[in-house]
This record gives sequence, C-alpha cells and structure tokens, in this order.
Amino acid sequence: MRKIRVVIAKPGLDGHDRGAKVIARALRDAGMEVIYTGLRQTAEQIVSAALQEDADVIGLSILSGAHMHVCPRVLELLREKGLDDVVLLVGGIIPDVDVPRLKEMGVRGIFLPGTPMQEIVDFIVASARPRVEV
Amino acid sequence: MESSVAEQGRVPARRASGVFTTVSGRPVNRLYTSADLPGFDYDREIGDPGCFPYTRGIHETGYRGKLWTMRQFAGFGTPEETNARYRALLRAGGTGLSVAFDLPTLMGRDPDHPLSLGEVGKCGVSIASLADMERLFEGIPLGEITTSMTINSPAPMIFAMYLVVAEKQGASWQQLSGTIQNDILKEFIAQKEYIFPPRPSMRLITDVFGFCAREVPKWNTISVSGYHIREAGATAVQELAFTLRDGIEYVQWAVDAGLKVDDFTPRISFFFNAHNDFFEEIAKYRAARRLWAEVMRDRFGAADERSWKLRFHSQTAGVSLTAQQPYNNVVRTAIQALAAVLGGTNSLHTNSLDEALALPTEAAATLALRTQQVIASESGVANVVDPLGGSWFVEALTREMYEGARAYFDTIDRMGGMVAAIEQGFPQKEIAESAYRFQQAVERKEKIIVGVNDFVVDDEPPMPILYIDETAAVRQTARLRDLKTGRDQARVDAALETLRTAARGDGNTMGPLLDCVRAYATVGEMCDALREVWGEYEEVPII
Repeated sequence: MRKIRVVIAKPGLDGHDRGAKVIARALRDAGMEVIYTGLRQTAEQIVSAALQEDADVIGLSILSGAHMHVCPRVLELLREKGLDDVVLLVGGIIPDVDVPRLKEMGVRGIFLPGTPMQEIVDFIVASARPRVEV
Repeated sequence: MESSVAEQGRVPARRASGVFTTVSGRPVNRLYTSADLPGFDYDREIGDPGCFPYTRGIHETGYRGKLWTMRQFAGFGTPEETNARYRALLRAGGTGLSVAFDLPTLMGRDPDHPLSLGEVGKCGVSIASLADMERLFEGIPLGEITTSMTINSPAPMIFAMYLVVAEKQGASWQQLSGTIQNDILKEFIAQKEYIFPPRPSMRLITDVFGFCAREVPKWNTISVSGYHIREAGATAVQELAFTLRDGIEYVQWAVDAGLKVDDFTPRISFFFNAHNDFFEEIAKYRAARRLWAEVMRDRFGAADERSWKLRFHSQTAGVSLTAQQPYNNVVRTAIQALAAVLGGTNSLHTNSLDEALALPTEAAATLALRTQQVIASESGVANVVDPLGGSWFVEALTREMYEGARAYFDTIDRMGGMVAAIEQGFPQKEIAESAYRFQQAVERKEKIIVGVNDFVVDDEPPMPILYIDETAAVRQTARLRDLKTGRDQARVDAALETLRTAARGDGNTMGPLLDCVRAYATVGEMCDALREVWGEYEEVPII
C-alpha cells in the first residue's frame, strides 16, 4: 500500500493558517504524504493540485464563512475531472446549520474547533480509498 | 533555576514529571524568593510608575487619572448595519470605536472581484469607497470620539477615507485622534493579509508616519501588533520579541528615510494579546515597557520622553475560546482582561463568548463590555498602580521575558533585521513550531482545556449565533455599480495615474491617495494601481 496523499488547502481570502499548518504536520507525522498549497487558492487551483498530486484526500481550512461558496465549487470540479473518489474534508469555523448542508452536497468530514488531531487522522485512514503501489 | 526544578521533583506534585509550566511551556518554580532575583536593581529594572524604564507603568497615577479605553472591535455586513452596532456600543458606555473590515477590504479587493465571492461583509464591514465610509460614520462625530481601524495593507487608503469624512463633518485633522493598525510586518509573519512585497509595503508605512507628523499629529500611525503573532501560535516571549523587533524595524526604516526619531515615535502604539497564563501575561506587558524605553533611548537616541513610553491596546485571546461549552469563555475572557489591566493596558477589547462559533451577537458583545466595566468599577484593581510590582514571582518572570526578548533581538539583528528575517522565514518557522508543540501538549493532556479535552459533556444546547447571509454582498455589489456610473471617471483616472507616478518615484503617497478618495476611487482601484507598480507578494509556505 502506498502512503495516503492529502492536499491541505486554504481557499478564499483568509490568511489564518495556524490550523492548516498544524493539521498538515500532524498528518505527515502520522505517515501520510501531505501537500500544503499555501494561501488564497481558488477551487480550480485546489482541484488541479489534487489531480497532479494524485491525492486521496483534500482538506480545506476555512474560517471566514466562505465555506458555502467554496465547497460546492470544489465538489463540482472534482466531478468534472472524474475525481469523485477523492475525499473532501473541511475544518474551521462552520455554523451548526451549515453542517448537514455541507454533508448533503458531498463533504465527507467536517471538523470544528477543538477536534483532536488523532480524530482527523483516524477519519482519513478509515475513509481514504484503498490503493496499491503502482 | 535548574536546582529549583529538580527540588520540585522531591515534593508531592500533581504532575508525574514534577515540572509545571506556563501556557507557553516555560517551567515555573514552586516558590519564588529574593534568591530568584540576584542583583535586582529597582531603579534600573523597574522604576516608579511614570519613570524610566516604565516597567511599572507610563502614568504616575495609573488608572486613577484615566481608566483604560474600553474599545470593542466590531464590524459586519453593510456600513449601515455596523453603524447601528457602533451607536449601540456607544450608548452602552463604550468609550471608543474599533472597526473590523471584511476580508475583501483587508485584501484591497472590491466586492465585485471574483476573489471576494462569499467573503463580502462576513468577517467585518465591507468598505469599497468614500461613500461607504460616510455611511459607516453617519451621525458619529469624528472630532469627538477616537477610532481604531484594523487595516494593514490598504491602511493608507482607508485612513485617507477617514480623513475626508472628518473633513466633510468639519472636524480638524489637527484634533483627530485614533489609530490605524498599519503593521505589515506581522502580516508577513502571522496573519498573512499582505498585498505588496515587504519593501514597498514598508515605504507606504513610512509615508504615513511622515504625513501624520505634519498633518494629523494626534493620530497613532501604527499599532505594532503581537496579537496575531500570538494567535498564530507564538509563545509569550516570541510575541513580545517579534512585536518589539518589528517596532525597531519601523523606526529604523523611517529614520533611514530621513525622518527625525522624536518627530514620529511618540505616535507609535502597540497591541498585545491577553492570553490565559495570568502572571506570564502581566510580566510580558511590564517587560515590553522596559524594552521599548531602553531601545528608544539607547538604540535610537530618542530624547523626547514620549518616544520612550510604550502605550498599548490589548485584546483577550481569541484562540483560547472554545466552541464547546461557550459560556466558559466568559470566565476565560474575564481572567485575561484582568491580566491586561494588572499589566497596565491603555485600551482593551474583551472577546465575546460566541466567537469560536461566529461573529458576536449584540447580546454577547454587550456582556463582553460589561466584563470590563465590572473589573473597572467593582474589583478595586484600578485603585493602585502596578499592584503586583515587587512580587518575587512577577519580577523574576518580567526579567525572564526581558532577557528572552533581548536574545531574539540579537538573533534578528544578526540576520540583518526583521524584513530580512521574514524573507528567510525565521519568525514564521519559530511560530509554526510553537503552535505544533502546544497542540501536541493538548493531545497528551499535558495542557487541559476545560470542555475540550477534560470536563467534556456530550449534549450541548445550541447557541444563538449571528448568521451573515449574502444580503450585504448583493447590496454592496449593486452600490459599487451605481457608484461607478455616477462619478466623474476622468477625475478618477487622473487621480489613479498620479498615484502610480508617486509610487514609481519617492514622494509621499498620502497626497495622491487623498485625491483618489475625494474622486471616489475604490479601495480595489487604488490597490490595483499600486499592484501594477510594485507587484504582489507571494509567500513560500512553511509547515
């Protein structure tokens, strides 16, 4: 089995990257390959990174309230590129009312402030597509 | 210090290791005595309040003469909505305004820009042009209140708008008072709301210093901020060291640009975090005053004692707030605010209990203000100046903070200054490391967060939160369209061209910016003009 590949991205204009960086490091320490895109990525850039890096998982860090715009666009592009099996996760400040809406549109995991890093690691291990080394 | 820690291992302790640490991971002793302050020199290290090096405070009378300013940061949606919140805060006894702008404004983008999608009015108020600024301060006399504006890359543009609104209200620039954050270095280090590369960004800031020294002498031209550095994960010493080293960098660049040190440094102010570790925070503020006084007098040769006095705003730690059991946040905020007051803060914002969930509701924002009012009016702590001065623990911790910051100054000086250190990623790496170490300590339960990794409950009642929909985005975008059809486009184009020319040369950019604002050029247009000349900064991500 090859390592799970995760693209961690910060969409939108927000620059608060503490969470994204801590998670990126925790996933790397848990044995995953992590690609951190850096700040202010458009949905197009994020999906293109996932395609190029052959990612199993995309983790978006959003604190600004733009999640209801960013997530549908990322999901739409994933479908267009035939990347339906890439697991989309979102972490950050997400109001309760938006959680079921995001799940319904296809976001697989939503992690709110205070989530232990191990919980995210376990979730990814359980939900990333099983793959063999090529 | 080492022997004391070893000694603690022999006495019963709640922790298996016998080591107790601050929230920053700094070991503290079981007991402090005079032995922990070898060679303590009262006059040299602390001095009386109002006396160099101001460790005990910049005012001889502390809060007896004047309480700290209770300044609650607020802004959301359209200018009208925010204007209503300001009026409510002033009615409730708030004594100053503090403007939160939305991300498009902070990043110099208009509401109709593709990158603004989903962000307009979400984290603050949307301001695209002078017309929005006029609505924001409708019915609020700018000559009579003080306003703080948290704006950095587009600070000169927003400041120019404020000045023109004041002018239209008939208020004299000579009398205007308030603060613009205008601190780009901490953006590169921590918050990442930068537009232009570091060097032209520094030039914009020195332009503001020079302009204000002549035209708006009571305005605080910069709020050198540790707040965001701390929120990004820095320890208390790192916050202190990087913030003051940023301050040194601004002074150095302005002096190099030809300004006289005592002409602009009295208007430099600071902004610190008020975090959970009570004594560590108090020590941090005390050490900050001493460091700045010494740096200004000894490193820059400032002769005006106003240049030596570090004035600061503080805000309770947003990062310490929990989404779980949010009412606990009221308690956290009260403890943090008390530390800021005991550390001699000149101005304070207390966070609202719902801020790990959303922007605050009006009820939550009022409770946060009441927290300050209880401390000021009921606790008695404002009666005595620096009441913790002379505590062996507080003085030892203050000295440790001071020495820790000095060591960082030396490192950064050797790198060639803060701009050079940022270009090498030094403070960014230090902060990322501390943030990760703290998170690991939480996961191992070495650090307990009530309601998160201990004392957890399963079912929590939902909190009423402020939900910001797209109404503001739709309204602001439509307004922008109307503005662009109604204004004198030739005048706008000419003003923007003058701005580009100024940016290419070395004249002060504030004059051309004021002309752009009077012509109703937008924040996005002014920033774009400068983007064309200076380009945009892109950081190399470090994890």
